[in-house]
Amino acid sequence: MKVLVAVKRAIDPNVKVRVKTDGSDVDLNGVKMSLNPFCEIAVEEAIRLKEKGVVSEVVVVSVGTSAAQEQLRTALALGADRALLVETSTLLEPLNVAKYLSKVIDQEKPQLILFGKQAIDQENNQTGQMVAQLIGSGQATFASAISYADGNWLVEREVDGGSQTVELSVPAVVTFDLRLNEPRYASLPNIMKAKKKPLEILAADSLDASVKEHTRLVEVAPPPVRKAGIKVGSVSELVEKLKNVSGVI
Amino acid sequence: MRTLVIAEHAAGQLTAGTLSAITAAVELGLETDLLVIGGQDAVAVAEQAAFIQGVNRTLLAQGAMFEKILPENVQPLISSVVAEGYTHVLADASSLGRSVLPRVAASLDVGMLSDVSKIVSVDTFQRPIYAGNAIATFQSLDPVKLLTIRSSAFAQATSQQNRGDVTAVDGGKIATNVRFVGEKLTISERPELSSARVVVSGGRGMQSKENFALVERVADKLGGAVGASRAAVDSGFAPNDLQVGQTGKIVAPELYIAVGISGAIQHLAGMSGSKVIVAINQDAEAPIAQVADYMLVADLFEALPALEKAL
Repeated sequence: MKVLVAVKRAIDPNVKVRVKTDGSDVDLNGVKMSLNPFCEIAVEEAIRLKEKGVVSEVVVVSVGTSAAQEQLRTALALGADRALLVETSTLLEPLNVAKYLSKVIDQEKPQLILFGKQAIDQENNQTGQMVAQLIGSGQATFASAISYADGNWLVEREVDGGSQTVELSVPAVVTFDLRLNEPRYASLPNIMKAKKKPLEILAADSLDASVKEHTRLVEVAPPPVRKAGIKVGSVSELVEKLKNVSGVI
Repeated sequence: MRTLVIAEHAAGQLTAGTLSAITAAVELGLETDLLVIGGQDAVAVAEQAAFIQGVNRTLLAQGAMFEKILPENVQPLISSVVAEGYTHVLADASSLGRSVLPRVAASLDVGMLSDVSKIVSVDTFQRPIYAGNAIATFQSLDPVKLLTIRSSAFAQATSQQNRGDVTAVDGGKIATNVRFVGEKLTISERPELSSARVVVSGGRGMQSKENFALVERVADKLGGAVGASRAAVDSGFAPNDLQVGQTGKIVAPELYIAVGISGAIQHLAGMSGSKVIVAINQDAEAPIAQVADYMLVADLFEALPALEKAL
């Protein structure tokens, strides 16, 4: 059984992004980039499924610029078997990315397609669901546990106010939440080995996906700054301020 | 141009997030219809919806297949209703809205904007990106605009005297690729986290699940909801669905009290829109101090019982 994991190159979670002074976008020049943390969890889960003997091959795929090879190598160092990069620098909107991925899925025919629930840069939380629709699959978003039984995927997912379990037939699309697992660190020997694993680059144009511009970025601004607060010396002073100054209690 | 709002309901009531999505729809300035989907209890919900200010017409899709709503079952319904001439489709950015709307977008071959925090015009919208460290303005170029709405950024629509029309609609399809197995819902007497007027949240500083009772007691005194930082959830002090932050619930209450929370950017992304922020922390230099209106540097195990008593 084959699992395909879609991953994204994104800003490192420990970096605070700055907005360009001309307001055209955020400034990613010279900023540290990483494998999006949610995608890393998806890669880790795929590798664990392989270690349990549930799946036999883990393929990672990314849609983006040539630089995303770095994140694909990271995934290979964690234990993925091979990688695919759909190379393009334009129109990287969720629906377009989903269309490229569904073309890759047509070729690869995986039984399970894994995603992080969202990327920490654009925070769209759309691509997995769009892929599921395009390929006619069932989906489980915000997954916190996954198992395989009797030819189906059983997935527990976090929903507002609790959790829900659904059973998905194959091929299934699952997007992962943070609490699924704790991703491993890549060991040095595995990082060396990853350099020799296959990484295939596909030109986006060769996939014949009908992509176009759906949304246009007009402006990016820093968030409003909160007024500086004050220190209060005691609980009674705090309660007094909340009652008489702020009027919230 | 016409707007369709996808309603959500729980325990026979429209959710607070749906009421916020209606307010966002009204800001578009177009005729707004509401689509209520559900099983037996959907009839009463639609009746309630017919009195909401700003709703022109309520569409009711009722059927056994919607007792438990699965995105795969409702997507064909929503797509076919939208095809009747809607130019805008709005839903709360809830776990359901986030699951369903991208499928609708793909089926209509249009893009989508998630977590919209401001309506600028009928085709231009703002949304936070990068954990709220930037606010992006996007123009949608598609003939149908699909938006999920950040409920904390919009007031809840209210009821009025006149009853609008309720029209039954058909659609939906029982998907064969997914099956509902079960659910575990947290039963709580407290208000819903994302729409509560007061939220009291505990962090790693609470040290244990048992100590979280101190946070709960203060929340109960204030009639508020209980929240938690990711560190507290990961440590098992509080359940997942109480997490406030970039990857949890986004809240903007009148009063947010952060106890033993240092204030990682991911947490601040979920609560910095609150009207008044109180931080109780032993570390005066913790990042939470940068957003707090009132900072109490104290041992929380002394401060919380004192606060409970003083309220």
